[in-house]
Amino acid sequence: MDFLNAIILLLNYIFVPALAYGSQLAIGAIFVTLIYGILRFANFATGDMMSFGTMVAILFTWYFQSIGLTIGFLPTALLAIPFAILFMGLYMLIIDKFVFRYYRLNKSPPVQLAMVSIGVMFVTQAVVRIIIGPSDRRFFDGEKFLIRANDFKEMTGLNEGLAIKSTQVITIVVTIILVSTLFWFLNRTKTGKSMRAYSDNEDLALLSGIDPKKIVMITWMIAAILATIGGVLYGLDKSFKPFTYFNNMLPIFAAAIVGGIGNPFGAFLGGYVIAFSEILLTYAYKKFFMYILPESMEPDGLVQLLSTDYKFAVSFSILVIVLLYRPSGIFKGKIL
Amino acid sequence: MRKNLNVIAAYSIMMGLIILVGIFQSWNIALSIFNLCLISAVMTMGANIQWGYAGLINFGIMGFTALGGLAAVLISVNPVQEAWSAGGTNILLSLFLIIGIVLAVRFVLKRYQKSKIRNYIIAAIIISGIIIIRLVSEPGIEAIEEVNPARTGFLGGLGLPIIFSWIVGAFFAGGLAFVIGKVALGLRADYLAIATLLISEIVIAIIKHEDWLTRGVKNVIGLKRPAPYEVNLQETEWFINLVEKFNSGKLALISDLSERQAALNQFVIEGSSVFVKLCYSGLFLVVVIILLILTQKALYSPWGRMMRAIRDNEEAANAMGKNVVKQHLLIFVLGSAIVGIAGAMLVTQDGLFTPGSYRPLRYTFLIWVMVIVGGSGNNFGAILGGFVVWFLWIESAPIGLYLVNLTTAGLEDTHFLKVHLIESVPYFRFLMMGIGLLLIMRYRPKGILPEKIEIK
Repeated sequence: MDFLNAIILLLNYIFVPALAYGSQLAIGAIFVTLIYGILRFANFATGDMMSFGTMVAILFTWYFQSIGLTIGFLPTALLAIPFAILFMGLYMLIIDKFVFRYYRLNKSPPVQLAMVSIGVMFVTQAVVRIIIGPSDRRFFDGEKFLIRANDFKEMTGLNEGLAIKSTQVITIVVTIILVSTLFWFLNRTKTGKSMRAYSDNEDLALLSGIDPKKIVMITWMIAAILATIGGVLYGLDKSFKPFTYFNNMLPIFAAAIVGGIGNPFGAFLGGYVIAFSEILLTYAYKKFFMYILPESMEPDGLVQLLSTDYKFAVSFSILVIVLLYRPSGIFKGKIL
Repeated sequence: MRKNLNVIAAYSIMMGLIILVGIFQSWNIALSIFNLCLISAVMTMGANIQWGYAGLINFGIMGFTALGGLAAVLISVNPVQEAWSAGGTNILLSLFLIIGIVLAVRFVLKRYQKSKIRNYIIAAIIISGIIIIRLVSEPGIEAIEEVNPARTGFLGGLGLPIIFSWIVGAFFAGGLAFVIGKVALGLRADYLAIATLLISEIVIAIIKHEDWLTRGVKNVIGLKRPAPYEVNLQETEWFINLVEKFNSGKLALISDLSERQAALNQFVIEGSSVFVKLCYSGLFLVVVIILLILTQKALYSPWGRMMRAIRDNEEAANAMGKNVVKQHLLIFVLGSAIVGIAGAMLVTQDGLFTPGSYRPLRYTFLIWVMVIVGGSGNNFGAILGGFVVWFLWIESAPIGLYLVNLTTAGLEDTHFLKVHLIESVPYFRFLMMGIGLLLIMRYRPKGILPEKIEIK
């Protein structure tokens, strides 16, 4: 019984939250990695692009709510996502046309493109804050919990409850659907294959008749889908605040590099590596040990490896270690 | 003279703008803009050395600034004796342990061949070391943080004049840069950018949460000043006389004696804060000029030539027998040290240290906008960039408000769009920075004052 309690405890406080957070990071990391692999620059506007997509989704959600359009126990924001993606795609194409295209055609060094993306970051941030303001916004509606902690306790008779928020389930389900579709697209369709070929060797791809304009446009479209969905899922699970989204760029970058930048599958797993290590290292295991150890050996302290203040620092330290020992990432991305 | 015409013109326009602010808004605002422009100029000089001379991207400017600020605290605050006696020994012991770990790792690295076992040994040393340090330091940290937590709760500093911290801040930042450089300088440019950005976040996390060292988010206020205090000035004879002399024209117009006294008092209060700001301006100006002379000398020295050679073609420079790795490390340390000076200056001017205020947007990306806009590789350009961008950063709110009022003139004052736009005026600065950066990158990629190399 105690053993079961301990497992439920870990599931409740580590496994489920980390899985949801990891999925959100993974989507962002795939976004970074695609831009890096195909357009060949580190996109510092990642977080703000995600917040732009989320903002549009929130505006649509408000509109739907005001006309009384909801989808039962699911959050209305899910309904808003397709519209938000359209807007986001338009925004991305406009940015590409007026900003990035010039440097791409001139074959500027990646550093210059990264600098330009900082300009885009500033502009996007300003647009988001001017339209929706810098404050914290919750736009979740519908059923909050799939399983409540108390219900679970009653159902199983255990001491520990397992609470599963519906946003966590939505996050995980949507991530699975999105990522499997994306990998199917990249690996099985002709366009996806040509994208990978372009990422692998631009000149060879051009020689085999792949149209770079089309590749770039599709990349931006996929990026728009990833940015919007990733942003909305994070916002549903936590809350929407432009500044937090900007900061999320950092663990997302860490995930992309840890997984091997330019490698979408690596980025996907990298998200979970970062999320799990952040939560595993900063969780206080006192209660866990109280369940599995005999009473005489119970720990005095919190049995916490690092204080939760260092959550971000953990992921960045992992990144530094990976860069030191395996600069191409765990799953072999591009060699730096 | 002629070839420097654009430099002189650009700087005169900039000074003119600041003077206009002084005339139309107030001299206080103008001087505080000017002071922060000077600090920004020091930061851009640091970033410019790394980017403009050597082509290294350092997105960790925020971390170095914060370390400079930390130096200001550790140098100037009086030591808290109680805290030292409560937990000082534990902290010192942990410090020795850290040194011990580093030495042990070095020893293992030197002694044994590269192998898997060596990696495991190093990992074991580090992990066990961290656990031991935690065990040793925890009681000490708790004891220190319990000493009068509302006012101190940290170890305090050395109690020296704060001006020393400018040099110490440079050493702190340089030391960190040495470590980062050893780790990350081998990476490709954009990875270096990401790595430094993340490392600077780690630095901030430590400064924010190690309360025994920095008081964390509780902030350290009331730091010592290198300049006189306003309150003291207002009671000093010579200062009142000076103000009286300065404003004699205006005072003479007032006939009533008590009114004249009241007016004089007002002038003295205003004058005192202007005077204090002028003191800071003088100090900062000295630093900027010294750094400018040094960096200009370095730029035109054989060393500067070598740096440019490395920047423009690393392989060729390497083939000519230049040690690229060593030079990159050197310039990374130097540039970061200058940023550290700026960090200490910033805290000195504010008189308080607020770890929560270090955000990458303000302290990393904005500085980069300054370098790019001003002109990378050109020291005068970098300084000008610091001035222009900081000026716009501050003045964009009034400009934005003016523009909003102009474009929505047809709407009623209560119209929701107008109200909303006026509320979001502070964010126009981001828009302005972004558009400015994009335009400069596109149409004048070398900045306002481009780099020009003359062979002397």
